Amino acid sequence: MEFLSDLQQHAFLQYALLTGLLASIACGMVGTYVVARRISYLAGAIAHCVLGGMGAVRYLQVVYQWQALKPLHGALFAALLAALIIGLVSLRAKEREDTVIGALWAVGMAVGIIFISRTPGYGQDLMSYLFGSILMVTPEDIWLIAGLDALIVGLVLLFYNQFLAVCFDEEFSRLRGLRVEFYYLLLLGITALTVVLLLTVVGIVMVIALLTLPVAVASRFSKTLWQMMALSALFSALFTTAGLALSYSPDLPAGATIIVLAGAVYLLVTIGFFFSRRLRPPQPALAKKQ
Amino acid sequence: MFTNRLNRKPKTPSEAKTAGDSSPVVFMENLSFSYDGPPVLEDVSLAISKGDFVSIVGPNGGGKSTLLKLVLGLIYPGQGTVRVFGLPPALARNRIGYVPQHAHLDLQFPVSVMDVVLMGRLGHRRTFGPYRSSDKDQAEAVLRELGLDRDYAHRHFSALSGGQRQRVLIARALVSDPDLLLLDEPTANLDVVSEHELYELLRLLNRRLSIVLVSHDLSFVSKYVHYVVYVKRTVRMRSASTLTHEAAHEILESEHRSVHHNPRHPGKGAP
Repeated sequence: MEFLSDLQQHAFLQYALLTGLLASIACGMVGTYVVARRISYLAGAIAHCVLGGMGAVRYLQVVYQWQALKPLHGALFAALLAALIIGLVSLRAKEREDTVIGALWAVGMAVGIIFISRTPGYGQDLMSYLFGSILMVTPEDIWLIAGLDALIVGLVLLFYNQFLAVCFDEEFSRLRGLRVEFYYLLLLGITALTVVLLLTVVGIVMVIALLTLPVAVASRFSKTLWQMMALSALFSALFTTAGLALSYSPDLPAGATIIVLAGAVYLLVTIGFFFSRRLRPPQPALAKKQ
Repeated sequence: MFTNRLNRKPKTPSEAKTAGDSSPVVFMENLSFSYDGPPVLEDVSLAISKGDFVSIVGPNGGGKSTLLKLVLGLIYPGQGTVRVFGLPPALARNRIGYVPQHAHLDLQFPVSVMDVVLMGRLGHRRTFGPYRSSDKDQAEAVLRELGLDRDYAHRHFSALSGGQRQRVLIARALVSDPDLLLLDEPTANLDVVSEHELYELLRLLNRRLSIVLVSHDLSFVSKYVHYVVYVKRTVRMRSASTLTHEAAHEILESEHRSVHHNPRHPGKGAP
């Protein structure tokens, strides 16, 4: 319980905990849409394109002394640009959508790797972008994260019914007069913002797991979209907090610990449901049919 | 702005001819349509009047869903005219209740019955924020009318039977108070009992609105509908009561033959 005592003393631990909790709210809400609408592949592509933006900004920072720009700003710009391109590709190109998105995924990363390789230093940056650096969060970062969080939550609450309808039945929504393309692009934009939020927690590589695993667990216990959102946010908060605490004493990487914990819980819940269904006596309704 | 578009003066002669409340529910004149290739529909003219109950039948790839999409204004004809309540279809959408094939929906999607029905109110309200209580009252009333009482409102959509799911989708279409109900293969994947119940329900609804549905089985549907529209590149409309045994046989026969043809080249087997 070294974590609990150190939490009171060290500001960096408090920032890390706060970051995890703030990110969890957006994570649960947007992750639910990503899972329900089955667009985790698009979210993955957005996440990996972010490396291009972060690498470019880091290069400008070190080589040209652009101190006002932070890698997080680059991430934000790259994520939104990637969301727009990927959204238009998936709306317009009916064929080979996966090929184009897979290519964007890799090209975004490649751009980032080239910039980072041309940046003098130890290559620590690349590791922290890829695998997260929740213990390095600064107070300025917290403000940006809180701002993004508020924006995401606000947009989701405002357009909850529209997003629900567009995700569930696009054609019907169009016939009811909804601008389906607009909501689809807006949803991808919000996903991009969430990806940036989660980057600081677990890094580019593991964003998709944090976006989807809490939802996958929550989906076992929820009937409606908002129940799933609330539960996912709760599970996400639980995983990030517990992961942070568990990784602290043995000095494990926090991001990876969070993901392993989330994966383990998902596995246990799935196995639990499998066996509870097996052991339950046959449903009377089903028995009658036979 | 929207009302302006609705009330604008008719421009083309055929629009003037069909405008006003006496205009047919669906009107098509010399209409042709193709998706980058040979025509899917050619020289189609038909009129569906207020209070009609019509079934669209025909082989797969014959143009049934294309016809439906034209009425919904999701696609536009290459040539000819289509009017719904005397208006271009896209402007008449708020008077159409649409019931898609329920098999196309993602059953793992987390929605309750109430969530699904309320989607039908989206065209009737401001563009964002929560639903009003009047929306919810209306949704509950329609569910009750379709025999799905309060218990069902909060169930998961996927926990229902196929027939109940179809009812929920009909409720979603009815909750916007349409004058025309369009159903795409409403009996697909339903057992015979549910199919019968569904047609009885539609017969009741037909007292207050016009109904057009796409169906596969001609023999069953002709007991309920007034007209049968046979679509296979061209369109023939027959009164269901005068649809003789031979005519039905002929239609089914050509449907059977068309199975062996490539739907991209429907010319050979066309009537």
